[in-house]
Amino acid sequence: MPRLFLIVFFALTAAFSACTSAPEDVQRLPILGERDVRPRADGGPADTVFATAPAFQLTDQAGQQLTNQTFAGRAYITDFFFATCPGICPKMQGELLKVYKKYEADPRLVFLSHTIDPEHDSLSVLRDYAQRLGVGPAQSSRWHFATAPKDTIFHLAKAYFTAAMPDKTAPGGFAHNGTFALVDDQGHIRGLYDSLNPTEMTRLQAEIPVLLAEIAGRRTASGPTATAK
Amino acid sequence: MSRAHPALTGFLALSVLLLTLSGCFTNKQNQGQRLYAENCSGCHGEQGQGLAQLIPPLAGADYLAQHRAELPCLLRQGQHGPMQVNGVLYNQIMPGNAQLSPARLTNLLNYIESNWGNHSPAPRTIREVEEQLQACGEAH
Repeated sequence: MPRLFLIVFFALTAAFSACTSAPEDVQRLPILGERDVRPRADGGPADTVFATAPAFQLTDQAGQQLTNQTFAGRAYITDFFFATCPGICPKMQGELLKVYKKYEADPRLVFLSHTIDPEHDSLSVLRDYAQRLGVGPAQSSRWHFATAPKDTIFHLAKAYFTAAMPDKTAPGGFAHNGTFALVDDQGHIRGLYDSLNPTEMTRLQAEIPVLLAEIAGRRTASGPTATAK
Repeated sequence: MSRAHPALTGFLALSVLLLTLSGCFTNKQNQGQRLYAENCSGCHGEQGQGLAQLIPPLAGADYLAQHRAELPCLLRQGQHGPMQVNGVLYNQIMPGNAQLSPARLTNLLNYIESNWGNHSPAPRTIREVEEQLQACGEAH
């Protein structure tokens, strides 16, 4: 019974908050993924825990170790590709390249491409790929081309809402879609975009500044330690 | 409302007839363009621009003129290993297109070779393409 009461309570809260949301909230990007509601020990209002990207450890083209901490405090865009992909990757990475060119010198936004073919895509292959795309050694911390054991990669792909799996019938041996995930400074996924759809790419371009403004607002609010750009 | 001039009526009737007839040919006429959009543009770009140093451009590509006779085989069987286009060395795998008939290859190549600053000396014929396919054992 108390559980039913809780559910009704949350439904009502949600319904009311929808009515009263201020117009500026319209500009706020949603937080995607499952959310969890944890009752507080002191009996106060329960905390809503929003999904975040899972903990990860990757290695990028420069041999640098990447963890969630590497991206903390900054937004990043992530996708899944492989260097020898003859299917959608060139189109997809071409689209990400357009976004990258725009934010190349902007430390507030980082780029992270995961290879889904770690057996072939060694660090030197990833380095060559990055270089050919126009991301030289000096920019390796601006756009990471990262690898990890296969299981880790497929687990991450799922967490970022990208379909990626080995498939002998697909071009290059892997089936995947061209989803970009936009992740905020706290690891929440705030947007998913189909890179093969021009409308979605326009939406991504429009939503990046919205997220960057939100992050800047958080930094200012968090006190003197904030280092706004 | 006055009656339309007979010459005007005739002209209109002829226009309608021509428009209707052109409908019969439109598909074939744009086959090269359609095949390009379906099979090539994902990697080589909608305007044949390529992608950085990963995927070679087709627009203004010296390779097209230099390797003209080999192109039907290249499209049919794909490309593996390094190749130089406009002075840049590329090294990606291009998948083959076993499903493209000589007629389709002809239309596709004619489209590529007459767009984006490319000028082939003359359009290819299906027969020419069939002969060139024999070089790699792909006669049909």
